[in-house]
Amino acid sequence: MDILRFITAGSVDDGKSTLIGRLLYDSKSIMIDQLEAIERQTKNRGEGDIDLALLTDGLRAEREQGITIDVAYKYFSTPRRKFIIADAPGHIQYTRNMVTGASNADLIIILVDARNGVIEQTRRHSIIASLLNIPHVVVAINKMDIVGYSQDTYNNIVIDFAKVAASLGLKNVTYIPISALDGDNIVDRSENFSWYEGEPLLHLLENVEVASDVDLTHARFPVQYVIRPQTDVLHDYRGYAGKLISGIYRKGDKVTVLPSGVQSKIKAIEIGGKEIEEAFAPQSIVLHLEDNIDVSRGDVIVASNDLPKVAQELDILICWMGNKPLAAGNRYLLQINSRLVKSIVKEIHYKLNVNSLEQEPSPELVSLNDIVKATIKTASPVAYDVYTDLRVNGGAILIDETSNVTVGACMIQ
Amino acid sequence: MSQYRLDHLEQLESEAIHIMREVAGQFEKPALLFSGGKDSITLVHLALKTFRPGKFPFPLVHIDTGHNFREALDFRDELADKIGEKLIVRKVADTIKQQNLTEPKGKFASRNALQTFTLLDTINEFKFDACIGGARRDEEKARAKERIFSVRDEFGQWDPKLQRPELWNTYNGRIHKGENVRVFPISNWTELDIWNYIRRENIDLPSIYFAHNREVLEYEGQLVATSEFIQLEETDKISIRKVRYRTVGDMTCTAAVESTASNIDDIIKEIIATKTSERGETRIDDRVSEAAMEDRKKSGYF
Repeated sequence: MDILRFITAGSVDDGKSTLIGRLLYDSKSIMIDQLEAIERQTKNRGEGDIDLALLTDGLRAEREQGITIDVAYKYFSTPRRKFIIADAPGHIQYTRNMVTGASNADLIIILVDARNGVIEQTRRHSIIASLLNIPHVVVAINKMDIVGYSQDTYNNIVIDFAKVAASLGLKNVTYIPISALDGDNIVDRSENFSWYEGEPLLHLLENVEVASDVDLTHARFPVQYVIRPQTDVLHDYRGYAGKLISGIYRKGDKVTVLPSGVQSKIKAIEIGGKEIEEAFAPQSIVLHLEDNIDVSRGDVIVASNDLPKVAQELDILICWMGNKPLAAGNRYLLQINSRLVKSIVKEIHYKLNVNSLEQEPSPELVSLNDIVKATIKTASPVAYDVYTDLRVNGGAILIDETSNVTVGACMIQ
Repeated sequence: MSQYRLDHLEQLESEAIHIMREVAGQFEKPALLFSGGKDSITLVHLALKTFRPGKFPFPLVHIDTGHNFREALDFRDELADKIGEKLIVRKVADTIKQQNLTEPKGKFASRNALQTFTLLDTINEFKFDACIGGARRDEEKARAKERIFSVRDEFGQWDPKLQRPELWNTYNGRIHKGENVRVFPISNWTELDIWNYIRRENIDLPSIYFAHNREVLEYEGQLVATSEFIQLEETDKISIRKVRYRTVGDMTCTAAVESTASNIDDIIKEIIATKTSERGETRIDDRVSEAAMEDRKKSGYF
C-alpha cells in the first residue's frame, strides 16, 4: 500500500464537496456519528437533503458562508492505497490556498461543470497545475446527469480542454465523465455512460502510477540537523540528519557539499539507528562522511557526478501570497529546503494573467494571488535544480522578515 | 523497481522524522507534549528514530489535569525513565490555586478547558518556542484545517483565517518573541495508520488500550469509568464491563468502548469494523457544539 496525494480544484457549484463526500462515503470513511452530526446541522438550518459540504468545510466561517476558505485535508483508504485529499478553495481570491494544497499533490482533479464547459476558472486551475508541475491531471466532467449523459457534450469539453492542456504543456491528462451526486462513474462503472470506455474515478486514483514520480536519479540531501551525542562512547560521532529528497545513495559514493563545493565520500548511512548499505528518496536518514569537514544545516550533500546549479541570481516564477504588494527592491528571506538566505528582488519581468495566460510586461502593482516572473539576488549562493526538472529541489518560499509570514511560492526556472 | 519504494507507513514515518528535525534545526527551546496516550507514545518512538544515538533536543512535557488514568501516568514515567529523557510535569491543580481559577462543576466536571492555562504558563515558564504535539487531521474537522507548523500568538491563540501558506515540505518556523509554534508531525496519519505502525514497530502501550474489566457508568450511550472525579447519582446505571480505551484523555471526558480485543491484531480488526469515529465514540468534550474544537484551539488549546 502506498500513498496518493491529490487536490480537488473546483467550487461548491461544480460539485466539489459532493464529489469528496461521495469518495469518503463510498469508501466507508464517513462514520455514523459524523453523518449524524451533519444531519443535525442541516436540520438546524431548516434545509432538506444532507449537505455533504458540511463534512469538508471545517471552520465556522466556512459553514456560515457556504464556501471553502482554506485547505482541508481529508483521508480515506482502499485496500490498495491511502489517499490524502487536499480540499482547496476554487475562487480566485483564494489562489494562495489552492497553491498551498497543490504544492504537494501527485494528482489534481479539475472539476468541470458539464453545463458550462471549460470556463475561466478551469483555465486558472489548469495554469496552477502546470505552474506547480503536478504530475497527473484528471479532468472530471461533472453533472453529466443534467446534460442527459450526452457524449457530444463530453467530447466537446474534451476538445476544448485539450487545447488548454496543449498550450500549458500539461502531461498525463485523463478525462472522465461523472455525476458526483448520483455516484455515476465514481466507484463503479455507470451504465449511463455506455459510450465511455475508460475506468471509473476511484479505479483510476487507485492505479495511477506515482512511485515513478519520485526522482531516483539526482541524489540531493539537504542537511537539517547535525547529531553529535558527545558522550564518551560516541565522542567522534557526527551524523548529518536529513531527508534524501531525490536519488539513491550508497556507501562509498563520492559526494560534494554545496554551496562550499568540498568533496568527500559516504562512510556510512543509518536509518532509525541501524546501518544500511543504500538509501533512496524519500527516506529520512543519517549520513556520515569520510572526511571531517564543515557541514551544517542549510548545506546540501549531492552526488559529485551530478551537480545541481549553484547561483546567487535566480529567475523565478512567484505566486505572490502577501497582503502587501511585491515590488522590485523589496528584501525577503528565501528558504529552499533547509537553507535560509537573505534576498532582494532585482526585477519583475511580467505578470501572468491567470485567466488568459497572457504576459503583462513590467506590471505596476503585484498584489495577492498574482503570478509573476522575477529575478532575485541572494546574499549567498543557493544550490538548486530547475523546478520543472526536479520539483523537490526547485521550489522555495519567500518570507517577510518583519512579519515572519510566508509571502511567496517560488518555482525556480 | 519495487526495492526503491516506500509503503504508506514508511512514507509517513519519514515525513514525521523530517518534521521533527526541522523543529530541532529551527528552534531554540522546543518541547514535546507527552500525555502517555498512543499518539504521543508514537511521537516519542519517532523521536528516538529521529535523534538517536543523540539525546532529544527537547524535554517531554506533560500537562497533568489531575484527572488522568493512573495507568497512563505510570506508563509516562516508566517510558521517560527507560529512554533517559527529561520529563517536565506541570499540574492544572497548581494553576487553579495560583490563579484562583474556578473549578468546573457538574457530573463530569472536566478540567479540559483549564488545561490551556497550565499549558500557556508552562510555555511561558520555560520560554518554549515550539511544542510538538500528536494531533492528527483525521480526528476532527477543525484539525483538518490546521497547518503542520501552526503559529500561535502570545496568548496561544490559533487564527484559522490567517494561517501561513505551507508549501512543499518547506516549513517556516520564524516567529516573534512571545509567539510559539505548535508542530504536528503525525498530521497526515489516521487512527488506523497509528495502530498499524504500533504493530509493525512493536511499540508498548499502557494496559488500558487493551480489553479489561472495569466498573463503568452508562451515560447517553457512552461508557464512562467510575472514579472520584465523577459525581454519581442513585439512578445511575453502573456495571462491570469488558472494555478498552480507543483514546486516552481525562477520566472525566473519555469514554471506553466495549471490547474483547486483548492484542493489537484484534484492536485493528475492531477499528476496521467500527462505524463510529474515534472522537465521536470516546470524547464527551467534543459534543458541546459543532465548533467545539475550533473554539478551544482559538483560545490556545492544542
